[in-house]
Amino acid sequence: MISLEHVTRHYGDRVAVDDLSVEIAAGELAVLVGPSGCGKTTTLRMINRLVEPTSGTIRVGGRDTRELPVTELRRSIGYVIQQGGLLPHLTVAENVATVPRLLRWDRARTRARVEELLELVGLPPAEYASRLPRALSGGERQRVGVARALGADPPVLLMDEPFSALDPITRLRLQGELLRVQSLVRKTIVVVTHDIDEALRLGDRVVLMRTGGRIAQVATPGTLLAHPASDFVAGFLGGDRTLRRLALVPLRSAELRPADGAAAVERVEAAASLRDALEAVLRSPDGRAAVVDGDRVLGVADAEVIRRAAATG
Amino acid sequence: MILTIPSFALFGLLTILLGIGNPAVELGLALYALLPVIRNTRAGLGSVDPAVVDAARAMGMGPAQVLWRVELPLALPVIVAGLRQATVMVVAIATVGATVGANDLGQPLLEGIRGDDRDAIFAGALLVGLLGVGADATLAALERGLSRSRG
Amino acid sequence: MSGGRRPGTLRLALTPFAVGTGLLVLYLWVHTADVPPEEASVLSAGFLGTRVAQHVELTVTSFLIAAAIALPLGVAAARSGRALRVPLLLAANLGQAVPSIALLALVFTVTGFTFRTTVIALVVYAVLPILRNTLAGLQGVDPDAVEAARGMGMSPVQVLARVEVPLASPVILAGLRTALVLVVGTATLGNFVGGGGLGDVIESGLTASGLEPASRIVVVGAVLVAALALTADWMLGLVERAVVPATWEER
Repeated sequence: MISLEHVTRHYGDRVAVDDLSVEIAAGELAVLVGPSGCGKTTTLRMINRLVEPTSGTIRVGGRDTRELPVTELRRSIGYVIQQGGLLPHLTVAENVATVPRLLRWDRARTRARVEELLELVGLPPAEYASRLPRALSGGERQRVGVARALGADPPVLLMDEPFSALDPITRLRLQGELLRVQSLVRKTIVVVTHDIDEALRLGDRVVLMRTGGRIAQVATPGTLLAHPASDFVAGFLGGDRTLRRLALVPLRSAELRPADGAAAVERVEAAASLRDALEAVLRSPDGRAAVVDGDRVLGVADAEVIRRAAATG
Repeated sequence: MILTIPSFALFGLLTILLGIGNPAVELGLALYALLPVIRNTRAGLGSVDPAVVDAARAMGMGPAQVLWRVELPLALPVIVAGLRQATVMVVAIATVGATVGANDLGQPLLEGIRGDDRDAIFAGALLVGLLGVGADATLAALERGLSRSRG
Repeated sequence: MSGGRRPGTLRLALTPFAVGTGLLVLYLWVHTADVPPEEASVLSAGFLGTRVAQHVELTVTSFLIAAAIALPLGVAAARSGRALRVPLLLAANLGQAVPSIALLALVFTVTGFTFRTTVIALVVYAVLPILRNTLAGLQGVDPDAVEAARGMGMSPVQVLARVEVPLASPVILAGLRTALVLVVGTATLGNFVGGGGLGDVIESGLTASGLEPASRIVVVGAVLVAALALTADWMLGLVERAVVPATWEER
């Protein structure tokens, strides 16, 4: 859906992005992550041509982005920035209607779309449509930002540090919301963040960049944690990456010990992750936890089971 | 509000009370200058960090000491900025005073227009320009010095 | 001079009453007094009406020309680099310090004793606050809002018209208000270089009979000018109210 081919961007003598190539599939949520100054935001902004590449080609939906007039390109790509970037003089409904209006949708269609989107991001239109941005909390603003980006139902969504300005609890909730919305709309989404936890949580794939505008590794979160390609990647992931990876591996993939009839004190759902299972095992006095699917006991997990599942998964 | 009233009108009215000549114009200029000075003094005092005032009070300063030793010194750059605005304005408006008989640099300008005497106009304009720019530059330097010494 | 503060509701509501009452008192005062014949010619409806009309004409003409010059120039300056912006701002600030009489006199040396002289001087004067505030207003617009608007695919013109100008409008309007009040006041001096206007009334009062000014005429002229200035300020205050919704103004 989006392909960057040998894309380079210079600012004077400084190289912000250096010969970067990556493919992002339709319906995929890709996260660009890296330390500040690694060129991740520049990369994102080149996709909707807020920054022009110095060299290289970017295609969206197979078409070179330079073929379209720049305003037309941008209207077909949703864009979300930190703190929402809402227009302070317009109401929530008017903000969400911005792109449909630019595209000259008729009034009824625009209104229906605005209400649909506000519902989608969990802001009841009756309550929120006529409010002004300054009467919203940070989390609500960010939701409006997402609704606005989806305004004209663009196939692609770009998000620049969408949750960075929020408190940790709101951030976690909105990350969950984004995944929920994505499961409903299936857009091609590119998120930029400096927060590796956010990247691992959101991304179908993670593009880890390093200073100098180069790619350090492109992989799924599981692979990234299990097989960091370099010391830089391992360092960026942090010392507890083995523990973190447990959260990404489903318990279903583990080979359980048979239930021997002795009632285990702790129970854990089969749908949970290895991390939840480990938690239950550590909490249990005998180091064993029953793995259940509703009322049915599937087997028993202990430290060894989890270790082996983590090594193979 | 007072700044909305045209200077020629205000000077005219004051002339009725104080007669033609300098006193009417001086009173008028004082009225005009009042506003920027008051406004900036208020803004300057209002912008002093409340934590600093708190600290001063906690150290045992009385209200007068807080004002003299803490608030006024900290507000000084803003107050001087107000004085500067007022000065520049007064230098400019004073020339209008010549229309109601004040003896100032407005005289050569008015006489120049009445007698179609270009030299008088250029001389008057040049001098009043120098006076205005000079006053502005002097107070600007003072303002900069004050705000620099206070970080 | 007058800052970017929005006029208070109380002030907007009271101004028409204050101006109306002032004019009424003035009218009664003049009409109930014995007016000597040499003053009567100046205080006649015909003479005063002409001067008010001249004053309004001077003001409106100069203000509109100044706005037509300064608004686009302010936009251009906001778009340009520092190389153009800094000298423009410096000129705007310095120009404000040039006395109105000096400016009138200097223009007079070029165009002589005409209506045009006054208009030119007034335009030069009024351009400065409008230019300065347009520039400051546009530069004060939250870059995130502009960024978001561009990112959504607005063209540069759309970004200007739908985002930047609405957001900068309180500051721009404050500049227009300052300029208008300045023009009404400075137009009072237009009579010295052939512009006529209400300055003519005040001056004929001051120079009527030797040393003693004809108080009545001076008062009438001064009150009429003040009423005009307050009305002009009030009208733009109303425009500001209408254009800038109280709801999104900061703080």
